[in-house]
Formats: sequence, C-alpha cells, structure tokens
Amino acid sequence: MCAAQAVEDFVKSEYEHGFVTEIDSDTLPPGLDEGVVGAISARKGEPEFMLEWRLKAYRHWLTMPTPRWASVHYPPIDYQAISYFSAPRKKEGPKSLDEVDPALLETYEKLGIPIEEQKALAGVAVDAVFDSVSVATTFREKLAEAGVIFCSISEAVHDHPQLVEPYLGSVVPHTDNFYAALNSAVFSDGTFVYVPKGVRCPMELSTYFRINAKSTGQFERTLIIADEGSYVSYLEGCTAPMRDENQLHAAVVELIALEGAEIKYSTVQNWYPGDAEGRGGIYNFVTKRGDCRGPRSKISWTQVETGSAITWKYPSCILRGDDSVGEFYSVAVTKGRQQADTGTKMIHIGRNTRSTIVSKGISAGQGHQAYRGLVRIAQRAENARNHTQCDSLLIGDKCGAHTFPYIEVKNPTAQMEHEATTSKISEDQLFYCRTRGLSAEDAVSMIVNGFCKEVFKELPMEFAVEAQKLLSISLEGAVG
Amino acid sequence: MLSVKGLTANVDGKQILKGLDLEVGPGEMHAIMGPNGSGKSTFAHVLSGREGYEVTGGSVRFEGTDLLGLEPEQRAQKGIFLAFQYPVELPGVNNTYFLKAALNAVRKARGETELDAVSFMRLMKERLKILHLDDSLLKRAVNAGFSGGEKKRNEIFQMTLLEPKLAILDETDSGLDIDALRIVAEGVNALRSPERSMIVVTHYQRLLDYIVPDYVHVLAKGRIIRSGGKELARELEEKGYSWIAGEEAA
Repeated sequence: MCAAQAVEDFVKSEYEHGFVTEIDSDTLPPGLDEGVVGAISARKGEPEFMLEWRLKAYRHWLTMPTPRWASVHYPPIDYQAISYFSAPRKKEGPKSLDEVDPALLETYEKLGIPIEEQKALAGVAVDAVFDSVSVATTFREKLAEAGVIFCSISEAVHDHPQLVEPYLGSVVPHTDNFYAALNSAVFSDGTFVYVPKGVRCPMELSTYFRINAKSTGQFERTLIIADEGSYVSYLEGCTAPMRDENQLHAAVVELIALEGAEIKYSTVQNWYPGDAEGRGGIYNFVTKRGDCRGPRSKISWTQVETGSAITWKYPSCILRGDDSVGEFYSVAVTKGRQQADTGTKMIHIGRNTRSTIVSKGISAGQGHQAYRGLVRIAQRAENARNHTQCDSLLIGDKCGAHTFPYIEVKNPTAQMEHEATTSKISEDQLFYCRTRGLSAEDAVSMIVNGFCKEVFKELPMEFAVEAQKLLSISLEGAVG
Repeated sequence: MLSVKGLTANVDGKQILKGLDLEVGPGEMHAIMGPNGSGKSTFAHVLSGREGYEVTGGSVRFEGTDLLGLEPEQRAQKGIFLAFQYPVELPGVNNTYFLKAALNAVRKARGETELDAVSFMRLMKERLKILHLDDSLLKRAVNAGFSGGEKKRNEIFQMTLLEPKLAILDETDSGLDIDALRIVAEGVNALRSPERSMIVVTHYQRLLDYIVPDYVHVLAKGRIIRSGGKELARELEEKGYSWIAGEEAA
C-alpha cells in the first residue's frame, strides 16, 4: 500500500479516550465579572488574601489584549460564554476510594489509570483531579512521615497559607500574560507540593487531570516548592473526553527550587485534539515556569504533547542561582488539524548556569507546529552555557514545522550551541523495514520512537512506557 | 522455487523490464550481470515489492505462490531477502531492537515461537563472528554513520539472522575494498545450502571469484539475452558487454 494512504489512515485514527461521564456538577452559570471571582473564592472558603489576589489579577486581566503572536489560528474566544467553576457534587472530601463516586472510578478505569492497588505497588501517590476538585488522595500518610506536603492547592490555601502566600505568583505573576492573569483570577484547583529541607521525596508524585463537565474551562494551578537540598519528581498526565465546542485550558504551573534542590517535572498531555475537521478540541494555553532560586539548584521539564487542538506552551527556567541547571526535553506530535506553538525559555541570570534544550517535533496530516525558544544570558551570568537541539520529523506532505529560536547574549563569556534538523520518514526507510518483514505501521512507530528516544529516556520509567504507548496509539492505522 | 515469466515493469512510466524470464531452483546460485541501466536493480526491487515499480505483465511465482500479489513484508515473511545496494539509515533505531523485531516478525509469520532476549543475543553474537563485525554494532542505530563497507556487511549479517529461502544481493560488491569483499563473500558462502537459493546482481565479474555461481545470466535492455555457466562471467569480463550486445544486434 502506498505511503499517502498510510498517512491518511494515521490522520483518521480516532481519539480513544472520548466519552463523557454522567455526574452531577455544581456549576456556576457562564460569565465572568468580579462577582464570579468572589463566588469562586467564597465557594472554596478562601481566606481574605486570596480573594484580594484574585481580584487584583482579574482587574489586570481586563486591561490586557489577547496575545496574537503565536503561530496558531483559532476564532476569538468568548470569555463570557465560559463557566468558571464546576465541582463534582460532594460535600466532604472522601477519605478512601470507597467513598469516591463509582462513576468517577469507572472513568479512571476506562482511561486505564490504575488508581488502586497497582499504583500502590508501583509506589506512586495519586492526587486525582476530576474537573476542578480533588476527589481522591492516596499515600498522604507516607508522605507526611517524610514531611512532604502533597495536596490540592485549595487545601494548601487553608492549611498552609504561610507557604502559599509568599510563593504563589512569585514565579508567574498575575501580570505575566493574558492567560496567567485569567488563571490567577479564576483558578479552581490544582496541586500543591512542598518538600522540606534535605528531603528526598520517597515516591514519584503524580496527578491525572481530566476535563469533564461540558463547556467548563479548566484553570489549574500548580505550585511546587523544593526547599534546600531536597528532591522531587512530579508526573502529570491527562486525557479528556469527546466534546462539541472548544474548551479552554489555561493552567499555570510554578516551580521553586531553593539552594541545592532539584525538581523534575514530567508531562504526558493527551487532551482531546478535535475531530477530523479540528472541531471541539482543547485549547491548551499553559504557563509553566520554574525558578532555580538558590545556587546549585536544578529544574528539569520533560513533556510529551500529543493532544489538544491548539497548544501554546513554553515550560521555562529562570536560572537565578549560581551554578543552577535548567533542562527542557520535549516531544510534540501534531496531526489532523492540530496546531502547536511550543518551546521553552532559559533565562540565565546566575554565574556558571547551564541549560539544555532538546525539542522533537513530529507533524503528520495537516498538523502544524512551531518551536519557539528563547535563551537569554544576562549581563552578570558569567560562563553560562546552553545547548539547544531542535529536530522536526515530517510525515506526509501537508504538514509543517517551523523553528523560531531567539538568542540574547549580554555576557561575552557565554557558550551557545544551536542545532536544528528537519527530516521526513522516507519511502526508502519504510521499504527497507518492510523488506525485513516489518509492517509499515511497525516501521513508522519504530522510526518515530527512535526519533524521540533522547526525550523518552528522560521520563520516569513507567511514564516512558506510557509515552511510547501513546505514540503507538497515535500511529495506529497509520499504515496497514 | 522462483519462476519468472515474461515479466514487464515500468518505472515512472518508462518500461524497464521487457519480458524477463528466469527459473531458479532450490539451492541454486544465479548471477545476473549486465551493463548500467539494463534493469538489474529494477528486477531486484520488483521481486521485493517496491512501491513505484509498476508490473505491467508476466508472472512471478515463489514456491507456487503469486509473489506479485504480496506486500513487501509478506514476501520477507515468506523468505525473500533483499540486500540493498544502498542500505538505508534509520537514525535512532537501535540495531539490536530492529533485528529482533524483524526476526520475530518473520518467525511469527512462519508460525514459529518468538525468540527471547537471551537466545536472540546468543544467535546474534554467533552470526556477528561470521562477518567479522564488532559487538559495538549492536548498540548503534541501523546503518547510521556506518562506513560503506560496514553497511554492506550489516546487510549480509541481517541475512544470516533472517535465514531467507531466497536471497537477492543487489550490487553487494559495489564500494567494497578487496578485504571487505572477501568477508562479505564468506558470509554469503556460509549461508549456501541445498534449501537456499540466491540471486546475485552485479556489474563486475570480481564478486564471482568469491561467490561462485551455478548460472550466469546477462541482462540487457530489460531482457535476459544470454545464460550460461560460471565461465560466461569470465568471458564477459574479457570481451565486455558490447560483445553480446553486438551479437544480438547482428
């Protein structure tokens, strides 16, 4: 069979996770004004400082224009048509899985999320976010023993305001960008992690996100603080059900690494990408940023982005502390009508700071993607080093890949490297594999996985397996 | 084993094969020689099922099956192997992983059990020795950054692993120095058996000093115009292709 047909099939392979769970939601009517911001804060029973913070962000948001610089195209979003709060109907948070709404558990089952014993055996604590409120938390005791706080951000606001108040918005201020401002005003829930001095978090922390209630934007807020000399690895994965209209997902993730601390943040993103015409997919406009605040700290972002109609995302590192290290490893797949404008920013401020960027983009069908990366070396950043590698793989002849590297160097001792390649899966490669007995589909999957290997090896073991599986699912029916 | 009758084929709308006939019996080694542009490589690719090589007439039967109706991987699974003139690089795809996947795909199709990692490693190490290849090859990406000679040896190494019933060697000697040529020939000869047939496509007689064919065919303008024993190759080397072409014309 011909490769063009193969690509057609690949493009047509349906989203596997499209189904909607019937659950009563406690939902605010659509619309946004100060009253809605107040209502969100009130429903969550937040202290006064949070309401003030939200309102400040909301007022600032009103003054900001929608960003238009990204290489993505979509109709204007009506922010008054979105409902800003949706919570599964549960008065008290469940203490164990027995108390969790069985329909929720069923959804997780369908997604193959082993929230129960399997996960326990794997040593992963799961803080599952279903829509906007955390409904199940495991392993809290074990983490508490180590002094690690791992809870929803709403809980953290109540129970640990002394940690939330000084750090929230300290990496991504509400003035940062349009979507960050919106998120700051209306965020419903998210995850909070604090790892105390010298503690190595005893397990990988993991959260599964899933947008569910119809027409509800999801505004997650994540704050991770690694105190001096600590280490934490955080995994984030998500899928979303079928949907008719576009959904806005504007999350903010803030990471803070103090002296000698290390944070490893891994994402597998598989939001609903929309149908064959690109209708109904998620708009994933996320602000993720880490602050290497102390000397010798390290922040590492690894992402595998296969979903969403539009992705607009630049997990970044501010290398403030001397000798701090920032890393960004990314695999982004766009097929069908998906668009992605993604990359990173590495801001070198401290001396002897180092950063590594490895970006792998795969485009198929009519998918379009852009790598956009900024490496900035500030004046006092003596001996800063950056290595950037940016590779694009094209499948078929209707897709596109673009690279926009920005480099600003204000210190002459800096060492910068930038490598970029664009390649195609060639007919020769496919034929070669097939003459060895491999199906064209296996061949594509093998070549794509080979292309992504550098990034996959940065993922925690079980996530690497999941990521490969995800790519294989994407490629199912690619050729046959 | 292989029966080709009146095969005609087009590439980019141009007729390259113009009625090719060839019978290959079990265990036989056939050499196909001919000048540039005679259709040698086209024939090799048509046998393997390459896209873009349009068969317009004739038949190809392999052990009684109509080969032309099969996909390239199905042909491979039936036991046909093509050693490429220009082996293709697969950056990032680990050689061991690739070979294991290929071997197990072939074994599965034949109804054999898949090899586990340990038996597979043992088999590979044993076969590496035949081709005087270093273990480090197993850790590298398929053909990526290989020298010309390494690529060709890797082709024959793959062949020793996949143990095909019919091996087609397309200009395996091109780009090889005399030492590499000898090693490749040793590998090929080690695989000769009463059940395994081979078709060696070559431009020069040189290779046939090391891999001695049972039959030699001369391909010109898309047809086999002369067949004979191994002495035909030597005669060709002395007199050149124009000798036969001239006779044809006359």
